[in-house]
Amino acid sequence: MGERALEPETTRRGFVNWLLGTSAAAFLISVAYPVGRYLVPPKTGESTAASVTLPMKPDDVKPNTGQIFKFGNRPAILVRTPAGDLRAFSAVCTHLNCTVQYRTDLSHIWCACHNGHFDLNGQNIAGPPPRPLDAMVVNARGNQIVVSKTA
Amino acid sequence: MPEISHGKLWTWLDQRVGLADFAKLAKKKRVPVHRHALWYYFGGMTLFLFAVQVVTGILLLFYYRPSAEEAYESVQFLMAEVEFGWLIRSIHAWSANLMIFVLFVHLFSVWLLKAYRPPREITWFSGMALLGIALAFGFTGYLLPWNELAYFATKVGTEITGAVPLVGSFLLRLLRGGDEVTGATLTRFYGIHVAVLPALVTVLMSLHLFLVQKHGMSVPPSIERRGNDPRTMPFVPNFLLRDVVGWLSALAVLAALAAFLPTELGKKADPFAPAPAGIKPEWYFMFMFQTLKYLPSHILGLEGEVVGVVGFGLGGVFLVLIPFLDRRAARGEPSPLFTLIGIGVIAYVLLLTYLGYTASPTK
Repeated sequence: MGERALEPETTRRGFVNWLLGTSAAAFLISVAYPVGRYLVPPKTGESTAASVTLPMKPDDVKPNTGQIFKFGNRPAILVRTPAGDLRAFSAVCTHLNCTVQYRTDLSHIWCACHNGHFDLNGQNIAGPPPRPLDAMVVNARGNQIVVSKTA
Repeated sequence: MPEISHGKLWTWLDQRVGLADFAKLAKKKRVPVHRHALWYYFGGMTLFLFAVQVVTGILLLFYYRPSAEEAYESVQFLMAEVEFGWLIRSIHAWSANLMIFVLFVHLFSVWLLKAYRPPREITWFSGMALLGIALAFGFTGYLLPWNELAYFATKVGTEITGAVPLVGSFLLRLLRGGDEVTGATLTRFYGIHVAVLPALVTVLMSLHLFLVQKHGMSVPPSIERRGNDPRTMPFVPNFLLRDVVGWLSALAVLAALAAFLPTELGKKADPFAPAPAGIKPEWYFMFMFQTLKYLPSHILGLEGEVVGVVGFGLGGVFLVLIPFLDRRAARGEPSPLFTLIGIGVIAYVLLLTYLGYTASPTK
């Protein structure tokens, strides 16, 4: 049998294989795309709260203490410095997202996860955190503490 | 050799399933005997502990409820009210730890005995994939009780994926099922832990075991170079019975640990509480965790954690590619460099793990 006689056969087979291959690929893509999109969680709206009123009175916050409060859906920390100032920062550590706490013995903010230290201005002073904590604005109005984002 | 006579049931099954082929295979399989043969038992021991995981894991499924509102309470109920619930959970947790430990012994013994030489490269790759899956099992399973330690360990662990260049933030959202670690993360981890990873394990372990059967046990090059073939013993029953001794020893250790040091549950996760002092990941992630602690916040203008993550990533790639990199071992020559690297890695992991448990967490 000559080469020439086989040629139309192989071309036809090649064409059918090509059809089969592309439809298999198209099928895989049509399955993979919706599954891939399904696995990516939908965006939920960031909390738009620009300020929160805390459930505590200014007088109840003793000097050299700190506590966590909810700011939208993220934790924030309210600190009364030893000098008596009220300050607030995001409590999300800038290193790996742990929640920081106030260390009474050190009189500054500390993250337990990787031993990161922040001073009373939220500046990263020791350990792995790469950036300062985001500062917030604290207003003590009579019996209320209102914390808002910096503009 | 005279034909062994079999019962009617055996004959019936043989005609339909081909039992005789299996019997022939089992009779033919032999295991080399030499002074490093002890290390052959650790792969089988990993398999045994994995079987314990499957059984106890299925039992835990009967009571566990995968949601942020109910997970902690369902484990609490399991521990306090369900008869032997504490035991099943403790065995699951301890067996996971022992399995990872034995897996590491298996990995490093294969490394130092150069069992990854041709034609066993794919056995090594599938073993590496199984190691990755085992670590993923540990990481996802750790979160499921929804307690404080697990919550923050997961927060840190998933945040680290965010440091992966280019695709980091995408991976982070994909893993967490959102921007934060929430009930959505728990549900996702649960699905991965009880469905995705078991499916992957089934495929990869089948491949791994098939290749081990196909190639037989690797004889270390130092034994091979002596020229004369080492003695062998039959797999059935000689080696298998020794294997069983290993499994029973593992079971004894497991039972003692589970009974005397039952796994604790701790406090329920609270996303609005500060991370507790002394927070730790599982011990097998400790060397990486401790390394991240020592890295300064910036290295050559890059964030320290990015350097750490990329570094460990490259280390992982190196580990996987060892069969291709170690050309001397592939030619059957001594390769002291790779032995040295192996010992160095073991020393690094041991040292950093030790520091992770002893260095003061508060200074």
